[in-house]
Amino acid sequence: MAGTTVLGRVKWQTAEVVDLHDETETARTLTLAVDDWPGHVSGQHVDVRLTASGGYTAVRSYSIASAPNLDGRIDITVERLATGEVSPYLTQEVVVGDEFELRGPIGGWFVWRSDQTEPIQLVAGGSGIVPLMSMIRSRELANSSVPFRLLYSVREPGAMIYQKELETLSIKRPPVLVDYAFTRAVPKGWPQPLGRVNRDLIARVTWPATLNATCYVCGPTSFVETVADMLIAAGHQPDRIKTERFGAAGGTK
Amino acid sequence: MAIISRGFSGRRGTADAKLPPGQYLTTDFPVLSAGPTPRISPDQWEFVITDGRSSLKRWNWKSFRELPSEPITVDLHCVTRWSKLSTSWEGVPLDVLLADLKTDSAYAMFHSYGDYTTNLPLKDVLNRQAWIAFKYDGADLSPEHGGPARHLVPHLYLWKSAKWVRGMTLMSQDKPGFWEGLGYHIYGDPWREQRYSDE
Repeated sequence: MAGTTVLGRVKWQTAEVVDLHDETETARTLTLAVDDWPGHVSGQHVDVRLTASGGYTAVRSYSIASAPNLDGRIDITVERLATGEVSPYLTQEVVVGDEFELRGPIGGWFVWRSDQTEPIQLVAGGSGIVPLMSMIRSRELANSSVPFRLLYSVREPGAMIYQKELETLSIKRPPVLVDYAFTRAVPKGWPQPLGRVNRDLIARVTWPATLNATCYVCGPTSFVETVADMLIAAGHQPDRIKTERFGAAGGTK
Repeated sequence: MAIISRGFSGRRGTADAKLPPGQYLTTDFPVLSAGPTPRISPDQWEFVITDGRSSLKRWNWKSFRELPSEPITVDLHCVTRWSKLSTSWEGVPLDVLLADLKTDSAYAMFHSYGDYTTNLPLKDVLNRQAWIAFKYDGADLSPEHGGPARHLVPHLYLWKSAKWVRGMTLMSQDKPGFWEGLGYHIYGDPWREQRYSDE
């Protein structure tokens, strides 16, 4: 697999937008062609640098959504933040053919490698699904049969990212088991009540601690804090829980 | 190699001379760590200085809190690009902890509950540049921000300021800690933008 070095190359290079599509009303996936892409491991992110005509620059980090590949292409899925500086540009302004600067891949801790054999529990809050989706896609690409289970917390049905793909993977053999927690509105006919992830849900729809799964939890800070504590309370070892918290806005949610 | 991003103007005017390159200002206090938050009660807590073979100094919560402490007002710079200005803490300067210790070591590895580690040159934690902090904004330090006590080395990126700190090992040679071993910079000066290992 490519990208076994932790931070092989972090020099800035040019990325060209070769495809884009909306995932939800506020999230858009950009496919980027990067000439000198060294490969990545699922869970890693890139830095994106935009430069205004006067020379002003802004840099933000985005998780890679695609599985590792040797095509020199990566997908990033960007959630538009109402008060954001870079995300409105990437989700509303950018068109195919545009270029900006990018470096990466970055990060060697919150990663899943396709040679891992232990069961995997993923827990996503909102756009925290993005690096976890890369792991799910990596498992699929590697034809791995490692037991994968995802608990995905979203505000409402319209905010579900990758919904169709997750549905497809959840009925394949061996499936990725997918469960949702809806916090503001449930789909029509949904059998479960509205509600945040809680201990009861953790007990019902995540791997029991006896399986010694590695857990990956990604989302806003308060979500990650709460879920990590609940996983420990459910018996998981703290050193088997890897977390990735979302940047500056995380603490206020 | 600057590529002008068509139609991007950015939020000009937020550039601030007090901010290191590539940082933006935040007013909340984001939390970043690699795993769950350890819950350490003060009566379990201790801080130990070792030379890697034997322990040289040891404090429990009571003896640590009897040490002279001071108010601290500093700017914080996280490698994930947020900076927070004029944060208020109370802590014990490392100068106090290391006062009567004779050592030829030039480096130290800081250790945390939860097994986090980060390395620092010893000269960077002396001369009122680093503290073991136990209060933030006048209140006991919360577990999310590293309580009961965390290291605070504000002139370097914040990953160098170990939360849930439990001790330090003096070393004659520099060695990478947790993030440094995963490709982050061995020293981490925000003003020279030393984020990753090859910068």
